[in-house]
Formats: sequence, C-alpha cells, structure tokens
Amino acid sequence: MTDNLMQTVFGRLSLESLPFLHEPILLGTFIVVSLLGLGLVGVVTKYKLWGYLWNEWFTSVDHKKIGIMYIILAIIMLLRGFSDALMMRAQQAIAFGDNAGYLPPHHYDQIFTAHGTIMIFFVAIPLVVGIVNFVMPMQIGARDVAFPFLNNLSFWLTVAGAVLTMISLFVGEFARTGWLGYTPLAGLAYSPDTGVDYYLWSLQIAGVGTTLSAINMVATVIKMRAPGMTMMKMPVFTWTAFCSNILAIAIFPALTAAFFLLMLDRYAGTHFFTNELGGAPMMYWNMVWIWGHPEVYVLVLPAFGIYSEITSTFTGKKLFGYSSMVYATVVITILSYLVWLHHFFTMGAGPTVNSFFGIATMVISIPTGAKIFNWLFTMYRGNIRFELPMMWVLAFMITFTVGGMTGVLLAIPPADFVLHNSLFLVAHFHNTIIGGVVFGLFAAMVYWFPKAFGFKLDEFWGKVAFWGWVAGYWIAWTPIYIVGLMGTTRRVNHFDDPSFQPYFIIAAIGAVIILIGILGFVMSILVGWLKRDQLKDVTGDPWEGRTLEWSTSSPPPAYNFAFTPVIHELDAWYDMKERGYERPTTGFRPIHMPKNTGAGVILSALALVMGFAMVWYIWWLAAVSFAGLFIVAIGHTFNFKRDYYIPAEEVAATEDKRTQLLAQGA
Amino acid sequence: MSTPHHEPAGHGGNGHPAGHGGNGHRIGSVLAIILTVIPFWLVMSGPTLSPAWTAAIIFAFAIVQIIVHVAFFLHLDTRSEGGWTLLSFLFTAVIVILTIGGSIWVMYHLNTNMMPMPTEMGGGH
Amino acid sequence: MTDDALDPQAAPVWHLTEEEEHHDHSGGSPTVLGFWIYLMSDALIFASLFAMFGVVSTAYAGGPVPHEIFDLKLVAINTGLLLASSITFGEAMPHMEAGRVGPVRFWLAITGLLGAGFIGIELYEFAHLIGENAGPDRSAFLSAFFTLVGTHGAHVTIGLIWLVTMLIQLGMHGLNPATKRRLICLSMFWHFLDIIWIGVFTFVYLYGVIR
Repeated sequence: MTDNLMQTVFGRLSLESLPFLHEPILLGTFIVVSLLGLGLVGVVTKYKLWGYLWNEWFTSVDHKKIGIMYIILAIIMLLRGFSDALMMRAQQAIAFGDNAGYLPPHHYDQIFTAHGTIMIFFVAIPLVVGIVNFVMPMQIGARDVAFPFLNNLSFWLTVAGAVLTMISLFVGEFARTGWLGYTPLAGLAYSPDTGVDYYLWSLQIAGVGTTLSAINMVATVIKMRAPGMTMMKMPVFTWTAFCSNILAIAIFPALTAAFFLLMLDRYAGTHFFTNELGGAPMMYWNMVWIWGHPEVYVLVLPAFGIYSEITSTFTGKKLFGYSSMVYATVVITILSYLVWLHHFFTMGAGPTVNSFFGIATMVISIPTGAKIFNWLFTMYRGNIRFELPMMWVLAFMITFTVGGMTGVLLAIPPADFVLHNSLFLVAHFHNTIIGGVVFGLFAAMVYWFPKAFGFKLDEFWGKVAFWGWVAGYWIAWTPIYIVGLMGTTRRVNHFDDPSFQPYFIIAAIGAVIILIGILGFVMSILVGWLKRDQLKDVTGDPWEGRTLEWSTSSPPPAYNFAFTPVIHELDAWYDMKERGYERPTTGFRPIHMPKNTGAGVILSALALVMGFAMVWYIWWLAAVSFAGLFIVAIGHTFNFKRDYYIPAEEVAATEDKRTQLLAQGA
Repeated sequence: MSTPHHEPAGHGGNGHPAGHGGNGHRIGSVLAIILTVIPFWLVMSGPTLSPAWTAAIIFAFAIVQIIVHVAFFLHLDTRSEGGWTLLSFLFTAVIVILTIGGSIWVMYHLNTNMMPMPTEMGGGH
Repeated sequence: MTDDALDPQAAPVWHLTEEEEHHDHSGGSPTVLGFWIYLMSDALIFASLFAMFGVVSTAYAGGPVPHEIFDLKLVAINTGLLLASSITFGEAMPHMEAGRVGPVRFWLAITGLLGAGFIGIELYEFAHLIGENAGPDRSAFLSAFFTLVGTHGAHVTIGLIWLVTMLIQLGMHGLNPATKRRLICLSMFWHFLDIIWIGVFTFVYLYGVIR
C-alpha cells in the first residue's frame, strides 16, 4: 500500500536515484557544486542583490541584457562541458592494457554523451544566440528585437533545458547513447532508465526556445531595419545572423519531430524506431541528421560574419567583395540542407545515394573557400592592427581551413568507409567547431565586450587565453587525427595497443593547455573589471568600427538610439564619420519601450518541472505543470499593458551624461 | 529637406496580408468544396480507374486545393509584407519537398540494401 | 529607394523627423509576419511527420491495413466540418475589418462548434480503433497514423482554446489593434490547419485505401 503510494507520488524516483550517494567522483562533484552554489546564493543575499537581479536582469526584455545572460549561461556550461573533456582525456591517457582507468564504461558513456550535448546545445548555441541578440539589433539601427517578451522566454527555456541536464548529474543518470541518441539503442528496450528521457526533455524544452528565438531574429531583420538600410546595405554579420536563423527555423522542427517520435516510442509504446512491429530505426538517424548537418552551419555562419566585421575593422578597409560574401552565405544556407547523409555513408544507402551526398558535400566547400579569399583580399594592402580580435581571426583562418580540408577528405564515401566513427572524424569536427565557431565567439566576446560593459578586457590575460586555446587545440587534436587515421575508434574508454599511448598523453597535455586558455579568459574578465577605470571605453568606438553599434555609448542606453538613424551607405557608421555626422544633443522625445515581465521565468520553471516529472514518471506533477503552462500562457495574453514611455527628460539626461563623457575623452 | 523614409511595399494596415475581400473568400470556398468532393467521390465510388491513376489525380487535386487555400484564404501574394510571406512560403515548400522526398529516397535505398528479415509476416522495415 | 537629399551639396539627413517617428517602426507591426514564419516552422514539423508516415506507411506488421480500418464516410464528414469551419472563419474577417464585433463573435462561435465537432468525431474514430486492437502500439503504420492525425487534432484543439480565449477578450475589449492582430493570426492558424488536413485526407486516408 505505501509502496503504491510512493510510486504514485514519486514515480520511479527513489533514494537509489541519487548515484552520488555511492559513487566517489559524483560525491566529490556534488560537494564542490553545492558549496559553490550555496556560496553564490549567500553572496547575492548578503549584498541584497535579488531584487536587482530580478528587476534588472531576469525579467528584462532588453536584447542586450538577454544577450549577455545567454553568454553567461554558455560560459558556465563550458566549464561543465570542458570538465567532461578533461575527464575523457585523462581516462584515455592511462587506460591501456591491464589498466582499466578510473572511469568504467557505464560512467564514461554518460560523459561523452553529456560532453557533446552540453557543448552544442548549451555552449555553442547560447553563445551564438547571445552574440546575435546583443549585436544585430544595434547593427540595423533598431531599439530591440521584433518580439522582446518572446526573446526573454526563449532565454529562460534554454536555461530550463540546461538545468534539467545538470540535474541529471546528481539525480538519476544521463544518456549513454552519444549526443544524438541513436535508435534503437536510445529506445526503451535498450535504454530503459532516465538517461535518454533527461536528454530528450532537456533538448526539447531548449529547442522550443531556440526555434522561437530564430523566428524572432528573422522577423527583426526583415521588419526593424532603420530607414535607408536596404538588404544590401546591411552589415555582413547581420546577413549571416539572418541566414543562420532562417536555417535554424528550417531545421529545428525536424529535430523536434524526431525527439517527439522517440518520446512516443518510450512513453506510449509506439513503433517508430523499434526493431519490431515495423519500426524503422534508421529514420531517426535520417531525421536527426537533417537537423544535425545544417546545425553546424547555423553555428558557423555567424562566426563567419564576426570574422568579416573584425577583418574590415582591423585592416581599416571595407570588406572585399561584400556581394559575393552575401551570395556565398545564401548558397551555404541552401546547400547545407543537401548534404546530411554524409553522416551515415556507411549505413548502406548504396552508391547512387552516397555519390549524390558526397559530391554535394564537396561542393559546399566552394562558397566557404570564397569567403576565405575575400578575407585575405580585405587584408591585402590593408593597415592591419594585430590586436586580440584580429589574432583570433588569423588563428581561425589557419585552423578552420585545415578542418575544412579534412572534411572534404571525409566527404568521399570510400574514404569515409574507413574513417567513419574513428578519432579522425572526431578530430575533424572539433577542428572545425573549435577553429571555426569557438575562435569566432572568443573573437566576438573580446571585440564587443567593451560595447557591452564600457571597458576592454585585460590584454595580457586575453593573450593567455588566446595562446592557451590555439596552442592547446593543436597539441590536443593533432595526435587524435593521427591515431584516428591509424584506425582508433571513437567513444572507447580503454585500449589494448600500448603503442598509441604517447599520442593520448600528448592530447591530454593539450587539453590542459586549453584549460589554461579557458581560465585565462575568465581572468581577462576579472582583471579587466578590476582595472576598468584604466581600460574604460569613453567614446563608444574603441576599435574604430564601421557599423552602427559603435555609434552608441558603451554600454548603450536601454533605448540604443535616441533618434532612429537614417542610413545611406553600407558600413553606416563609417559613412557617418566620413561625412561629418554630429551627434544631436537636443530635441529628445519620449521613447516607446516594452515592459519587463516575469512570465518567461515562470513558464520556463513550469516547463522544467514538467520535464523532470516526465523523466521520473511522476504523472500527477507532469499534468499539473502542463496545465500550469497553459494557464500562465493564456493568462499572460490577458495582460494588454506591456509597454511604457521613457520620458524625454530622462532621455535628455542620459544623452547629456554622454556628451560630458565625450568631452572629457576628447 | 527630403525625408528618406523607407516604406516597404505591401504595407497594408498592420502588415496584414492585403486583399481580404469577401469575393476572394467565396470563390475559394466554392473551389475548395469542389476539389474535396471529387477526390472523395473518385475513391469511394469503387475502382473505376486504376490505383495509379486515381492516386495521381487525388494528389494533383490536393496540390491545387492547397494553392487555392493559400491564395484565397491566406491571401498570399507578391505584395504582402513586401514579398516576404511569399518568399518564406516558397522556401518552406522547397524544404518540405526535400525533407519528405529526401527521406523517402534515402530510406528506400537503406531498406533495399538491408538483409531480408527472418520470417516477418506482412512486411516491415 | 531614397538616398541622399536632392541637393548633393546639402548635408545628409541622419535621423527621422518627428512625424515619421510616429510610424512605430519602419515596416509596421512585425506580429503577422512573425506568426507566418512560425506557421512555416509548424509546416516543417508536419513535413517530418508526413515523411515518417511515408516511410512506414506499409509497415503493417501483420496487423490492420488501411482499407480495413478507415471509414471514408466518417472522414468525408470530418473533412466537410473542417472545411466549413474555414469558410465560416472567413466570413468573420470582413466584419472584423469593418469593426463589427458582434458578427465577428457569431462567426467565430460557429467556427468553434464546427471545429469541436471535428475533434469529437476524431476522438470517436481513435477510440474505436484502439478498441479494435488497432491502436498506435500495434504497428509502425498505426503509430505514424495516430501521431500524424493526432498532432493535427492537437493543433485544432489548441486553436479551439485560442478561439474561446478570443471570444472572451473580444467581449472584454472589443476590436482594438491587439485583438485584431490576434484574430488575424488565429485565422492564419485555422486556415493552415485546413491545409494540413488536405494533405492528411489525401495521402493518409484516400491513398491508403486505394494502394
């Protein structure tokens, strides 16, 4: 009787579900995380910051604050994802022959699954979304995105997904299927525990956030551009943000559907991907890769845009071949939808199908190559300033090009038959993601940090971060390319052949050097903050930028622009500077702004509870939170008073402060 | 002083797709009814034509009716939202065709190359 | 379109004047376009479900096949109800443009009743199939059938909840810019669902019976 009651109330949750009670590594992690968490809560409480955090940040619908919060989330999750990487490198450096290492397969499998899931969904995506959020509206001369509340909701849904994944570390277990959860392994028959359910619910919730955010960004670029900014006068970063988000809208539904069908298999006994009663497990692979391949372009296109902005700024020249950059971006967007099968060449689709996808994959390297040439031509005969953002660009060009080449190599089906699921493949995608996406996002953070916070990052520690990442990347991954070429399989926690061990030791050293890079980046923020008076950005244009965001103060006021700018040329801010633009100091008007709201936080919290309840089969809680979602969402629509006006006097006061600051700096 | 105000085409009302006349709607309704009745009649009245022909006809009718709905009920044209609704619709149509067609093409080949399953009645994949 | 001042000697205009700023944003409210884009993403979810259905449409696993379980008369009635509801929604829109909230609510209510009828019949159909051991767990074909048709039905249900909410909000606030925008979005949603249904009755029901 009590057993039944416990089951009804708690589903399949029980004391056994807390693995940290009996696994020392998890226990240690739990203690450290708890202490840090309590410490943080303590500090916030002591300085009475809860009100400030809630009113100024959590409920904010300001794209700049939401962008910053996305980036903070990503950096926190980077620490978690990279810990997974360090653990794997350590295991693979020692587990040879008789030495089984310290991570049994059961644990190791969760680590590589969590590592991939977290790095893509909770580091790369939030970083990209965060940068696009912060920069793009200002680049088009807008005051915010098209749907500010939706923006806030999207952020918190992503947080809910991240939190659900983090909970899996201590309550229950995570998936052991790899970051894409292939069926039939991910089906109920072979993965009956909470792992795949955590995975599915985290990503489904976060995926809704990402899809809504993408719709928001596309609508923003189409509808909110300042007058005079035609499509072909938009900054290149805005173009890449636009195409990346269009692609995101095109692909996330496929992932949503794939996860939805797998959930039905696991919860409702359907047979989409089972081995019996007509199921087609390969269809899951097909759907997931229809999402998965374009996804990497969703990530890399904004990085390409970042490189374009930085290259032209730090060579003091307009970007070479603007039109061809735009066309290349559009072509990549379309082509990326035609290559997905190259992720499972070996699964038996036959020569006709494989040839088509192999050739399409090779073709997509052409517009990418065009972009590299455009950057090189921009630099040619330019006045290059080798400041930190530009250094990241150069590191990208060298690193990513190599990764792209190994990609073209893998695009050839017969080569892929040998190298599929080897460490060569793993090295290839880390090469392109780190060299392409991660380096780009670090470049972006260094470049736009002064705009966001009013002071530059500390340069010394920034260089430690840079060299840590670049040297660390090459030392960590070159050996992996080599052992992969020699036949080592991925996702393996133990090796028999001791002659490979030196390679893995070098790789582990490389990982530690990257760790130095990560810590260096964190230090550059801390030290920068400590030295913020010396590193202050007075003018709002610390790098001699060319696009509109540099016309605002650093940090910009909530309303971005006191007057909506009118655009005449590409590189609008550069045009304004060239033609004697003078900043208006009078005549300010009240500015229409959207109000803050807590609805996003509440809806996401309900989604988190529902996800947790579904993972643990706590049906009553799932039903209650599901109903709660509907009630809160519908209730929110009855609130028709969602805006306010910033009075003209307040605008004038803000602008006057800036006038004085500029006078000091001059 | 000239005022370079950017006014996109099709700025009807609140960005509402233009052309919301009752006439378009009535014509569309009649067409939709006809395009629904005929396929149902064709299939329900027994095997007059071969399955292949019936299939081709009902597929064609479906596509035409979808276009009727899009044109007469959703008022999609080249002017609404400066042409962006039409462009996004066409883009989506391409992705739909690639997703459905591509998936069936790939899965058909994967299945063909798979070893025959040990005695399973009624076929399966 | 417009670039510099007519007189090339004059300084360029860098900001909008007061009257122009009153046009909220350059292109008008983004809500309708944003909702349209959302509908496109929803269409892609359905495309994936159609693709799944297409892949397993003959995976009967020795179980029931389409012509055994599909009652085309019922499907015809259901199709008629949904199409009629699209037509009745269309009758409401000219009244909305003209600001006549009474007729709007009337036609909306009729639409809601027709939609509720559609869902009722669909639930009956599902219950009947499950009772006959032709439920979603019987075979991949049935899993895909129930999911595709069921997802469409879930969307219609959400549309009905939205419709009721609109009736309430129209009663409270009448036709103002916000309620009008929402009605336009709901009408797009409703027509979109009828378009998906065209795909369903053609490729699932009619084609299933004849192949």
